[in-house]
Amino acid sequence: MERSIDKATLSALESAEKAGVSTVWDRYAAQSPQCGFGETGLCCRHCLQGPCRISPFEDGPRTGVCGANADIMVSRGLSRAIAAGAASHGGHAKHMAHTLLKAAKGEAPDYPIRDENKLKAVAARIGVSVDGREINEIAADVAMKALEDFSEKETPLTWAATTVTKGRVDTFLKLGVVPTGIDSSIAESMHRTTYGVDSDPVNIILGAVKCALADYAACHIATDIADILFGTPSPVATRANLGVLNKNAVNIALHGHNPLLSDILVQVAGEKALNDSAKAAGASDGINVVGVCCTGNEIMMRHKIPLATSSVSQEAVILTGALDAMVVDYQCIMPSLAGIAECFHTKLITTMPIAKIPKAEHIEFHEPEAKECARKIIEAAIGAFGKRDPGRINIPDISSTAFAGFSVEAILSALSLLDSEDPLKPLIDNIVSGNIYGVCLFAGCNTVKVTQDANYLAMIRELARNNVLILATGCASGAFARHGFMTPEATEKYAGPGLKAVLTAIGQAAGLGGSLPLVLHMGSCVDNSRAADLAVAIADKLGVDLDKLPVVASAPEAVTEKAVAIGTWAVAAGLPTHLGVVPPVLGSKLVTEVLTSTAKDLFGGYFIVETDPLKAAETLISVIGERRKGLGLSV
Amino acid sequence: MKQIFVKPEKCMGCRSCEIGCAVQHSKDKNLFSAVMQSPPPMKRLFLEATEEIMMPVLCRHCEDAPCLNACISGCLYRDENGLVRRRKERCIGCWTCVMVCPFGVITRDGEKHIAVKCDGCHKLDMPACVSSCPTGALVLVDIDEFQQEKRHRLVLTGTEREE
Repeated sequence: MERSIDKATLSALESAEKAGVSTVWDRYAAQSPQCGFGETGLCCRHCLQGPCRISPFEDGPRTGVCGANADIMVSRGLSRAIAAGAASHGGHAKHMAHTLLKAAKGEAPDYPIRDENKLKAVAARIGVSVDGREINEIAADVAMKALEDFSEKETPLTWAATTVTKGRVDTFLKLGVVPTGIDSSIAESMHRTTYGVDSDPVNIILGAVKCALADYAACHIATDIADILFGTPSPVATRANLGVLNKNAVNIALHGHNPLLSDILVQVAGEKALNDSAKAAGASDGINVVGVCCTGNEIMMRHKIPLATSSVSQEAVILTGALDAMVVDYQCIMPSLAGIAECFHTKLITTMPIAKIPKAEHIEFHEPEAKECARKIIEAAIGAFGKRDPGRINIPDISSTAFAGFSVEAILSALSLLDSEDPLKPLIDNIVSGNIYGVCLFAGCNTVKVTQDANYLAMIRELARNNVLILATGCASGAFARHGFMTPEATEKYAGPGLKAVLTAIGQAAGLGGSLPLVLHMGSCVDNSRAADLAVAIADKLGVDLDKLPVVASAPEAVTEKAVAIGTWAVAAGLPTHLGVVPPVLGSKLVTEVLTSTAKDLFGGYFIVETDPLKAAETLISVIGERRKGLGLSV
Repeated sequence: MKQIFVKPEKCMGCRSCEIGCAVQHSKDKNLFSAVMQSPPPMKRLFLEATEEIMMPVLCRHCEDAPCLNACISGCLYRDENGLVRRRKERCIGCWTCVMVCPFGVITRDGEKHIAVKCDGCHKLDMPACVSSCPTGALVLVDIDEFQQEKRHRLVLTGTEREE
């Protein structure tokens, strides 16, 4: 199997070979074949009587030591993966909420409220009074409400209950999957999946759905507060891929997830004193900040910071020999970075107390003196510049234009140019007429198990040709950005006639002088909440529930437990959700059946597992067709 | 001649060899479709363990093979590479081979009512059990080389002795 179809990644991998450095692809080869019990979810290490495993081929023992059968083992494993995903998004969101509170109390002066409108909109939605109050008072109340959502309450999670359709609330109540706390849902999942608690696989899965809905709320909190503190994104033009590194600048890559670090670093990187110091160190172009992974998306949308690469190819940025510092916070940061950085001059800088890597330099980031910390980090990067080995610099001259930053607010404001009274109407009219056949949200990662980007590109060509409107978040958006799919040119080249007409009409009304890009970049992985908001707005406008909409989701190259959590809440939200890699559940026919079929009866949404991207696209198109038929629309 | 050998000291009892074997003998030769296959594919080697030692037990493709000698229907034969294989259509399910195999590695396909045994993954360069072993407890090596390595280690460490 080819490792990637991204020429920049491949070029960096050649550098790796030359340098004798092993990358994620080499390590995957060394790990293959992987354990079949693990791949099918049939091993359990939840107690000290284990580990236990069950053969997927119906030979050998049918239960573990405690009596747990394949269905129990698989559902417990899945539930714990979702809990871990929710814990990650929860950690991210809680970090933001604490900072918003500090900001409101004047304890974090580097975090002013940048988007008062968003703050007021969120406050109004969650029942915090706005009229006649100081901004900081409102912000403190919003932050407290967000923090309350983490502990166990008597009432449903505010950020879940106030952001979905009435129909979803009813469904969740009926099935008993309404979360009342983010952290408590995670704790409950851990409790019910430990030795000798929940042994009903369907009940375990419903518990996991509850936890996934807590994950959704966490994502939504993270998005809302990021917008409040740093501004709600609106479209910007930038570039993506390794070619955005600049040989004549101090290159700093920001990698990880939370804009609390990256946004401040970007603000500080523009300061004259630091740029002068970079120039004095020999970098004639000063400081060049680039993004990696989801934090890359955050600063791409808000500050036009170019995206260097996505998660699976994170090592490639160091392999260019021109990266002076990689600054990381948490999530998706491979421990291998330290070893690779050591082979080059690159400084790997960790910043979070919960995410240290031996051999990296740890410069702890404190919100109360955020800018000061950011300056220290940049100074460390400048210090590394002089240690570059010019002979080992290989920056592939490859990058694509990318238009990013289509928040729901930005989409509505573009649409309002077509109909200022009723901005959603043009979108809905075009869905009804079939110009837009349906909507597909691409989310998730890149994985070594799939040729990097191959599934994304194969699927988007097929879907766009069939007039499916494409939204993207996380490293899915990174894939499209690096390959030039976030451009009007891509619309021209790949969109079917109906979709092209709509994207062109909106683009021209918005004064872009051309069409909208083929892919609407909605942000980082927590920003899947934006896509949910858009779907909810469309559903409410049409007066139907989410499970009736011609809207689907796809994670064709998923990796993380966070992706499993997001996929699960997408299913609970009523979306048919495609996975391009096989999750570790096939060891249980029951669990597989529940996820791919029974879920449809319960939630309307369900998982579609298909590793062939063309078949997956075909299936999604036919699913959209079914939904259109259900709404009485043309097929 | 190359043979599959087991190094029990390296076996962790993970049964990956059993999975690899069953997948290789499934319809699509892919774990995920193999799991869905009904009836499920059958493995040809078996992890056995005592308190002191664990190791997979598998067909030795004996040079003077009792199963081959005992097969009355002409099902078992020795192929050009020395592997003892089946002509499936000739098996009458008399289980004589099962009775005489000193290793107990010939089993019964309850659906097709025929004997099932290791075919040495004759279509592969490397047998599935060997390539799925994560610790190198299963190896495909020339018999002479295997002996030589053992002698070498004996001299080197002075600790390894044949009983």
